[in-house]
Formats: sequence, structure tokens, C-alpha cells
Amino acid sequence: MATIQLSATLPSLPTDWTAEKDFKSISRVTQPTARSLEPVGPHFLAHARRKRHHRTFSEDERIQAESSVKKTEDEDAGEISEDEDPVMLQREAKDWKHQDHYAVMGLSKYRWRATEEQIKRAHRKKVLRHHPDKKAASGKEEGDQFFKCIQRANDILMDPVKRRQFDSVDEGAEKEPPAKKDVSKKPGNFYKLWGPVFEAEGRFSKRQPVPQLGNDKSTREEVEQFYNFWFDFDSWRSFEYLDEEVPDDSADRAQLRHQERKNNNARKKRKVEDTTRLRQLVESVMAQDDRIRKFKQEASKQKNAKKNEREAAEKAAKEEAQRKKEEDERLAKEKAEAEKATKEEGKKAKEAAKNAAKKNKRTIRGAVKEAGYFVDGNAGPKEIDAALNDVDALIAKMENEELGVVASKLQGNSDKAAIKGVFQEQVTSLVAAGKVKEGELKSLS
Amino acid sequence: MTSESAIDDTQYPQRTAIGLSFGNSYSSIAHTADGKTEVIANEEGDRQIPSILSYVSGEEFQGTQAKAQIVRNPRNTIAYFRDLLGKEFKDVDPSPCHASAHPVESSEGKGVAFVVQEKEVAEDGEEGEKSTLTVAEVTTRHLRKLKESASDYLGKDVNAAVITVPSDFTDAQKSTLSESASKAGIELLQFITEPISALLAYDAKQQLTDSGSSAPQDKIVLVADLGGTRSDVAVIASRGGIYTTLATAHDYELGGSSLDKILIEHAAKEFQKKNKSASDPRKNERSLAKLTLEAEAVKKALSLGATASFSIESLGDGIDFNLTVNRSRFELLGNKVLMSFTRLIESAVQKADLDILDVDEILLSGGTSHTPKIASNLQSHFPESAVVIAPATSATAINPSELAARGAAIQASLISGFEVEEIGASTEAVVTVTPHLTHAIGLVTGEEGFAVIVPAETPAPVRRTAQIVVKAGGDVLVRLAEGVREISVRTEDKATTNGNAKKDADEDEDEDDDSDDEPEEVREKVWKAGKVLAEAGIRGVKKGGKVEVQVNVAADLSVTVVCREVGGKGGVRGTVPAGKAEQNGNAS
Repeated sequence: MATIQLSATLPSLPTDWTAEKDFKSISRVTQPTARSLEPVGPHFLAHARRKRHHRTFSEDERIQAESSVKKTEDEDAGEISEDEDPVMLQREAKDWKHQDHYAVMGLSKYRWRATEEQIKRAHRKKVLRHHPDKKAASGKEEGDQFFKCIQRANDILMDPVKRRQFDSVDEGAEKEPPAKKDVSKKPGNFYKLWGPVFEAEGRFSKRQPVPQLGNDKSTREEVEQFYNFWFDFDSWRSFEYLDEEVPDDSADRAQLRHQERKNNNARKKRKVEDTTRLRQLVESVMAQDDRIRKFKQEASKQKNAKKNEREAAEKAAKEEAQRKKEEDERLAKEKAEAEKATKEEGKKAKEAAKNAAKKNKRTIRGAVKEAGYFVDGNAGPKEIDAALNDVDALIAKMENEELGVVASKLQGNSDKAAIKGVFQEQVTSLVAAGKVKEGELKSLS
Repeated sequence: MTSESAIDDTQYPQRTAIGLSFGNSYSSIAHTADGKTEVIANEEGDRQIPSILSYVSGEEFQGTQAKAQIVRNPRNTIAYFRDLLGKEFKDVDPSPCHASAHPVESSEGKGVAFVVQEKEVAEDGEEGEKSTLTVAEVTTRHLRKLKESASDYLGKDVNAAVITVPSDFTDAQKSTLSESASKAGIELLQFITEPISALLAYDAKQQLTDSGSSAPQDKIVLVADLGGTRSDVAVIASRGGIYTTLATAHDYELGGSSLDKILIEHAAKEFQKKNKSASDPRKNERSLAKLTLEAEAVKKALSLGATASFSIESLGDGIDFNLTVNRSRFELLGNKVLMSFTRLIESAVQKADLDILDVDEILLSGGTSHTPKIASNLQSHFPESAVVIAPATSATAINPSELAARGAAIQASLISGFEVEEIGASTEAVVTVTPHLTHAIGLVTGEEGFAVIVPAETPAPVRRTAQIVVKAGGDVLVRLAEGVREISVRTEDKATTNGNAKKDADEDEDEDDDSDDEPEEVREKVWKAGKVLAEAGIRGVKKGGKVEVQVNVAADLSVTVVCREVGGKGGVRGTVPAGKAEQNGNAS
């Protein structure tokens, strides 16, 4: 709060005024009114901050000031701390093609990650330190070679196109692929050692963000995505930076063109080499990747499990079919046999019945003879013939069962009247059944 | 993995926050970037977007296009719905919606809805099914449109906003609005009241223009939000940039439409005078709608120029209508209404237990504030010490229609970096309810004089530093006391007023009539020292030296005083203990 300037005059101190430490508290402030503040505006935010953290005005000011100071310090720290290699300081400026621009700027730990702002600030700092005028003032006769290096580095790093060209061949940013034996030393080493390699290679990708190697807990999709990405890597890496330059004084166009062609070919070749290199790298990593093995095993296990299941199911089905077939066959056979048996039995019975019928018929015919051909006294041939004909007709009309019944009645019966009675009874029953007409069988009635 | 980090990014998206002024008649959107606040125009180039939605054969229109539909398609045009939000049907005043879709009862009287022909009418001319839209749904659609406009303008997806509401918006209304906003894809950061928002925008502008003084002045500001259908007035104490609302006054019938009505009456009478046979255009719905639209345009034109003209094709019975109105005629016709604005504003001052002399600034906000007569009435009614900030009286005034949206945008930019919980915690009563000084604290000067250091209605804790010149030098007594403001009235010759009156020859003719007869009453604010709080002696002050007094009022109202000579050594330090009985109201 700004100081209020009051224009009125203060009364002079009465001569008899005394107080302890020149201060006297007389009365208290009148009871306040509780009102609600409008929670709006920067000053309210400050008030809320003070109230919520229970700070007084001066405390809050101090804390705010401290935090704002910290911020600027944070921004400044970082790039300054990098040491300068004395060998680097001796560099010749004309050899700029082989200089590490990031190291010159003191940004070797950032490299391609350095933002434009960082480069700007780093450049400013380096200029302040290495400006030739300063060196001259301190009496050292060092020349301005390193300063030129700095300027060259700045030129390249501040130009996005040139910076990309340099980044493409920046050896300082390369990460050597780890040796196989290092990787196999410890189980976690694979991710620890290969991760940074892919992170470094990923800087060339046109597609960002680049999937990272991950760890042993990565899912199958992630791992697959990772390898798909790297096998299908779209790189912006180019090799113009390594072009051989034609000396400026040779104005020969033919030579220039020749050099250009040569450079182009070299670029292409390098690009192809780089692509192959990366491919081989990814392949070798894939070969080392335990996760791939793990996933394969899991997959095959799953597949096997499925296959086994399927086979078992098939087998079961087959067995079932077999069993059913056998059962069917058995049933069919049994049925056939039973049929055959019943058939034979029927045949036998028929034959037996036939025999019985023959026997019965014979008995009946015999009974006729026994009864003296139903004639009292000796029968003439005419009468015998008529009786036999009638009995035959009767037999033909009778069923096998009736034959049996009649035969059993006649069997052993030698009484003529009884035999005749049996015949007559049979005739009447047949007449009743409508098989024989009344008076047809004259000799038997 | 990268995919995971991408998901994380979407979980905490960058907030793009805007300020939204959602009015009953107009809405506007503003955005603050790099300390500059800009009011965003929608696709049609409007910075004041009518809060109207219209449905025409299956298509949704908003803003100016929708407003035009009031004439042709009034029943499918929804207007003035903000004030219906979150209210029960029985509490709703449907009169502003008379010319548009009428509100109907929904969910058994618990809500308000509109029935409109939202879908396209079938080819065979059969009436299609009508849909019932609740006010909340209408609001969601409106806000979504506003959000789209802002997103298009900024090229970023707007996902958060500070929304202004009238000072009498209830919690139910706020929660309904909050729901509607979240349905529209807007994260509601905070509600701020319209007058406060306007003041915030004004103060931010002031701070930019006189960037020398870092801290804002202590002042009592009267913010009058004069809208389309209603007017709200708030008396706000601004103490070190912290605002406290002392009183509010509302008039739900007084607004821009009251002024429009005057012009409608006038034009309708003129029309009938010119065309004896024609029927009264006020009786015909369509004619009235045309007249209303034109009256609003004429009123706006009269705020800028001295004359404006009605021009309506086929107002009634196929007769075209042309009429030129000049500003003085309008002001004469509308004198009664215009004066009622002044009365409303004065009533707010009385409600706050203040005198009009206590008011330091009068900030006019809302579209109706463009009307010059309202500002000049206020200027003549209030003492000269009060500055009226309106386009008519101050060339640097911000467009009053944009004030609320601008303030909301500033607030949005201030808090958009915070978590929602943090914002909630800061707006809780624990933080906002603060003891405010009942009396001013200052120094007793001379015999009975009093110089204010901490004015009344200042929230505690507060720290103020004052310097006072000691001309004579020597030992001085610093007597800290509570001050009492009194209004002294004395009669004086009118000569002084005449001198002032010459400045604005136009407006004070009637004033002269009043003041010619009776002597002018001069009212003055006089400070009297009341209860003495503490005394301190400072010895051996150099001639012409300065004494610095720092007053530190703690939250428990104990007062720490540090007095010293500027540039001198040592100093006197002492504390007035907090009153035991006076400790209530302390939140911390």
C-alpha cells in the first residue's frame, strides 16, 4: 500500500506528556461489522493467501518475494555450470565442420533437447566470457579463434535447418548399443542399457512421440507397437553436413556438378546405411528381448492348450461315435437273430401242426373206418366211398385246432355211435358257423 | 511409456478460460491474454450477443439472427430466460417473455420450460411434434454457442469460464447455471457478481493508465448495472483493492425496455396521428414486435447522436412508417423513467447507511448506461466529488456493455492456474467473512481536526502507512483516534453554483430554476475525532521533517502503531490490545 500523505499539522507534544516508551494505549477499537468480501481480484487473492496460511503482511511479502527470486535463479542456473575443455578452447575456427557446437555453447548435456531459448541464453553467456575485447583488456594474447567458434555454433544452432543437419551427424548425441554380455549380466540391464539408445535414436523420428522400450511389465500391445514403430521408422536424418565442399575459388561448373553428384550419392549411401544399421539394431534387440520370448511362449502355450483341448474334444467325439456305431450294430444283430429264431420256431410249429393235422386227419379217417362208414352192417363200396368223401370234405372245412379236438375225441373210440355222434356234432357246429350247408354231408348227419 | 504420458496430458488439459457475462437480454464473452482483455465478437461480429435462441424449420439460431425471429416466429423464439433459471414456476415473472415463447410449467412446478417447434415441420404441413426445453437446457445450448464462438476466435478449445451473475442470484440458481455450464463443456471456475466484475474491469483499466501508483485507492464506488429488463445497484467499498459490497438495490421492472416502451408509445401515437384509419400497432403482435426492435435501435442511436429515425416497413395495415426523434424529445418523454434510475441509485446509498457525499465514484455498467441523460442526471444529483463513469461523462470510460465480461475475463485469468478445490477454499466463508472497521482510524490533527489513515469499512487485517509533515519541528504528539464523519449543512449564496453551471449550459436550466429562489444548501463532509485509541510522542523532529505512522490492524482488531521520523533513528512502537468483547466476527 502506498504511503498516504497527510497535509494537516500534528499538535506539538504537551510539556507535561509522559508515557512509558513514549507510547500510551488509551482505548480499544469499536466493535467491527462482519461483512463478506467479494472473492474477486488480485488483492483479494493476496488476502485469501494470507488468511489461509495465517501469514502477516510482512511474512507474505517476504515469502512472495522469495518465491519470485527463486524463479529467476532457477532460470539462470544450469547451463553455466558446464566446464570448458581446454582442448576445445584451442580450436581453430576454420575447422568448424568438426567442432561440437553444443559443447562449444556449453549445452552438451542438452544437445538436441536444448530449446531455442536455452541456446540464446547460452550464447549470451559465452559471448560475455569469451569476447575478444575482454581478452584484450585482460592482457592475454589469445586471439579470437574460440569466439569465432562460438559465433559459428550459434549460427548453426539458431538456424533450424542447419541445426537439423548438424543434429543428424551429432556424434555426441549418439548412444553406443550396449554389448551383449553387459545386457545379459543382470535381468534389468536390457531395459536400462537399451532404453537410452532408443531415446537417442528416436530424435530422428518424423513421427513424435516415439514409443519407448518400456520395461518387463509392458503389455504385449505396447511391445508390439514399439517394434512396429521401429521397423517402420520414418527418419528425417540427412547427411548434408558431411558433404565435401568445393573450394570457393574453383569456379569450374563441371567440377562443382561433379562434386554435387558425388555428395548426393554419398548422402544416399549414408542414408541407406543408416536405415540398415537401425534395422539390424532393432532386429538384434528383438532377438535379445525376453518379452518377445515370453509372449511367444505364452502364445504357444495358449495355442497348445487350445490345440490339446480341441484334440481331446475330437477324440472324445470319435470315441462316442465308435461306441454308438458298435451299439447300433449289436442291436441290429440281436434283432436279426431274434427274428431268425422266431421264424424258425414258426416254421417248426407249422410243420408240427401240419404233422399233427395229418395225424388227426388220419385218425379221423381211421375213425370212419372204425365206425363202419356210418352204415349198419357191412358197407358196400358205394357207401364207403360216400362216407370217405364226406369226411374228407369235412376235414377240408375244419381248422387244425378243430381237427385236433375231433381227433382227440375219436382217438381210441371204437363205439360206432359215439364216433358218429362226434362227427354229427362237428357237422352241426360247422353248419352253425356257416361253413357247411345243411344236408351237404349226408352220410354224417 | 509415451502413450501413458499422453493420457496424463489429457487428464490435466491446459485450461483456456474466458469471462462470460450472461445477461437476461445480452451476453458477452471476453478473454484476457498477456494482461490485455479483449471482448470477443461472435461469427456475426457482435460483441453483445442477444441471449435469444430461435428455432426455424429445424434450425437453431442464436443472437442477432434469433432476435430478428421475434417478429416472424415469436412462439419458437426463446428470450429473457436467464432470470427464469433455477426458479419455480410460481416465482417466475413471465412479462419480459410476452413477445416471445412463453414459459410453461415443467416437472410439477419445480421448473420452467419453453415449448417450441424444434424439429422441422413435416412436408404435408402437419404440425410436427413440439419439444419442451427446460430453461437449464436452453441455457446449456446458449452457453455452448458462446463457447463455440470463443473457441473459434481464440483458435483454442475454451473449457473454463468465470460467469457473472446478478448480486441477488440464489444458490439454487447458481447451481442450476453451474450444471448447465458443465453440460455445455465449460468448467465453471467461479461466479462473480456483475457489479463487482464491472468494478474489477474498471480498476484494472485505471491501474494500467496510471501505472505509477501500484496500490489502488480506498474508495466507495457505486456500481449501477442497468440492463435490458432490470437494474441492479451495488454500493461497494474498495479498500486496498479488496471489495466489500455494502448494499444492493434491485429493480426488476426498470431497464432499457422501460425506455424502449416510451419510444414505442410515442411512435405508435405518431403513427395513428399520421394514418387516421390505421389500427393501433400496439394491438397487433407483429407490429408491436417490429416497433420494439426498432425502438431499441433508435434508443441506441440516440445515445450516440442527437437525432435518430424510426423506419419500419409495413408497420400496420401495410403502411410504412417513418419518424425522426431527437434526443431532447426522447429525454423529455422519458424524464420520469430516467429519474427513477437516479432514485434507485440513491436508495442504494441510503441502504448502505451512507451519504451521497461518501460516494467517490459512480460506475455505470450495462447497455442502458449508454443513455447520456442517466449519467448527466447522476452527475447533477450527486456532489461534484463523485465521479460518474459513463461514456457520456468520461471519454476514457470502458464501454459499459463490456464491463462485466471484461471483469470476468480478468478474474478468469487470475484464477485459471489454480485447482478447483483451491478456488473453492478461497471463496469459502472462512476466508471471505472478515471484520470490517466500523469507524475510520486516523490522527488527530490541530485542535479538533482528523486525518484518515484507515477508512471505515476496511476489512481487517490491514496495514496502512501515512506521512505527515511537521513544519515547525520539535516534539510532536501522535494521537491515534477513531474518526466520525459528519455532514455539515450550511446555506450559502448561489453565486458559486452559477459559476459551475456555466460549464454545462445545456443541462442545468431546470436546476437554475430551482436554485434561483432559495439559497443553495452546501453539504460538506466533516471529520471529527472520536474515541482516542493511543498516543505516542516523537521527540526532536527536524524542522520541515516528516513523521511516518504505520497502523497495523490485526484480524483480532489489535492495533499496532509504529511512529518514527522519516530518515531518523529509532521510533515509537506500541500495540492497542484487542477488545475482549469485540472479538466476534473473526474468522481466523
